[in-house]
Amino acid sequence: MTVYTPEEIEYLDRQALEALQLLRLKRVITQALATPFYKERLGGVGIKHPEDLKSLDDLKKIPFTTKDDLRDTYPYGLLAVDKKEVVRMHASSGTTGKPTVIYYGRDDLDRWTGLTYRSLKACGCDSEDVFQNMMTYGLFTGGLGLHYGAEELGMFVIPSSGGNTRRQFMLMKDFETTVVHATPSYMLHLYSQMENMGIELSDLKLEKALIGAEPHSEDLRRKIETLFGIDAYNSYGLSEMNGPSVAFECVEKSGMHLWEDAYCIEILDRDSMEPLEDGEIGELVLTNLIRHASPILRYRTKDLTRIIPGSCACGRTSRRIDRITGRTDDMLIINGVNVFPSQIEEVVMKVPEAGNNYRIVVRKKGTLDVLIVELEIGPEILSDDTRDLYALKGRLVDALKASISIKPVVELHEPGQLPVQEGKAIRVVDERGNLY
Amino acid sequence: MKVTQISVFMENKNGRLAEITKLLASKNISLRAVTIADTADFGILRLIVKEPDRTRDVLLEAGFTARETDVLAVAMEDKPGALADVMELFEKNNVNIEYLYSILAGKGDKADIVFRVEDLERGQILLKQNGYDRPLDL
Repeated sequence: MTVYTPEEIEYLDRQALEALQLLRLKRVITQALATPFYKERLGGVGIKHPEDLKSLDDLKKIPFTTKDDLRDTYPYGLLAVDKKEVVRMHASSGTTGKPTVIYYGRDDLDRWTGLTYRSLKACGCDSEDVFQNMMTYGLFTGGLGLHYGAEELGMFVIPSSGGNTRRQFMLMKDFETTVVHATPSYMLHLYSQMENMGIELSDLKLEKALIGAEPHSEDLRRKIETLFGIDAYNSYGLSEMNGPSVAFECVEKSGMHLWEDAYCIEILDRDSMEPLEDGEIGELVLTNLIRHASPILRYRTKDLTRIIPGSCACGRTSRRIDRITGRTDDMLIINGVNVFPSQIEEVVMKVPEAGNNYRIVVRKKGTLDVLIVELEIGPEILSDDTRDLYALKGRLVDALKASISIKPVVELHEPGQLPVQEGKAIRVVDERGNLY
Repeated sequence: MKVTQISVFMENKNGRLAEITKLLASKNISLRAVTIADTADFGILRLIVKEPDRTRDVLLEAGFTARETDVLAVAMEDKPGALADVMELFEKNNVNIEYLYSILAGKGDKADIVFRVEDLERGQILLKQNGYDRPLDL
């Protein structure tokens, strides 16, 4: 077989790229067959051996994998290697209860680092850059994901993680940060705090922002670019597909290259789940071709986007996807954190004195998102003591923080004050307007 | 002595108190005491009325969150030091007071104070033993 250099891989012609995809897919199928879950799933469609897969087209035979499948197999059901081979795990929000967990072996991490390295390079970063990574380090893939690619590229990495705006500014100023990685709303927050914190644009050496983890419009990107006088590049990723650098913009800023040597892309009609032509908007379904510890085949991302037809001026041959235009489910993205309303409901139901009538509101407070859980206080839970009601609020805030990693505001309301539409309570109200 | 107080949960919203008082007026319910425990987010309106059960039902039917709470109403001499005597009695006997408020328009030479105490039973016995057992005239 042909061995390509990392640079060559970015410019492979279609035929060579697809040959590489098939080769890698077979390897991943071998891994998948080592898990009881996929052994049964694949066996059901006549795939008992990687060689049963004759062409890339055969991928279509394989049933979809969903977030619920990951939850149902928690914790080790989709682990395809011996636990001692695992060097890291990441996790993201499940729809209820347990998170969805992903495992990485040493080589898996190296391959992922290869993608983040490539992505940073594609948008013009190099070893001269000082990279301040403002994404949260932890179970969330945003922080650690780009970190290693940036080191590989030789950037001066400041792992500042999320929050603490005053310290972010201090680091940016003192270490002359040229590239930041943050959510678009955090970029706006930084800007809004500059005057307050005595920072002038001329104090900063910022050149680029890599923005991701939450939906944003082209207008918002332009706004960030204009406010700071920088270039902003869009990034897409999800932990099920490793994390950041599934797709990344190059310097052309004309859509995100979805690295096809590492992922098989499908865009499917959101209702029929039939394949769509390039250019048509549908659900993005991805197969990870490079992770052997946690193989995931045909994962329904529930993200809506399209493949941008035609080739990119940069010459890279991986096709580009457009910015995400919506979700096919009710997942909320709050300051870059994914939250399912069902997770919130589960917590509210577990606090018996909280009753069962509640509403979830997401709105902007300044430039950042705030999650409000409005709870109806019925006679059965009313205490004459205000301290009891405050304690109830506190318990709910703590339980939600533990479950969804976001500290919500809990508001107490009189019954009947929460809006009802056609007799059915509105559970989720997103007041942030058009995010996509 | 022991009386039933009505507690009503109120959002901090313009006009809520006006709505409640209007509702009670329309049902010919006379208030003997009224006070609000106010917090940054919400309030609890506390009422002493002649017919607590009916008042609670009127409020519930109108969609308000209301419940009954037992409190102690103490009729004392309307003179300086009267309240201090009762407080001393409670303090000496470790009856903790959560809050207190006075009843509107004392009758004659008596002043009525409503106490919410942690141990209602104990508070009640103590008051009886010390001669504060005149029933409240609502």
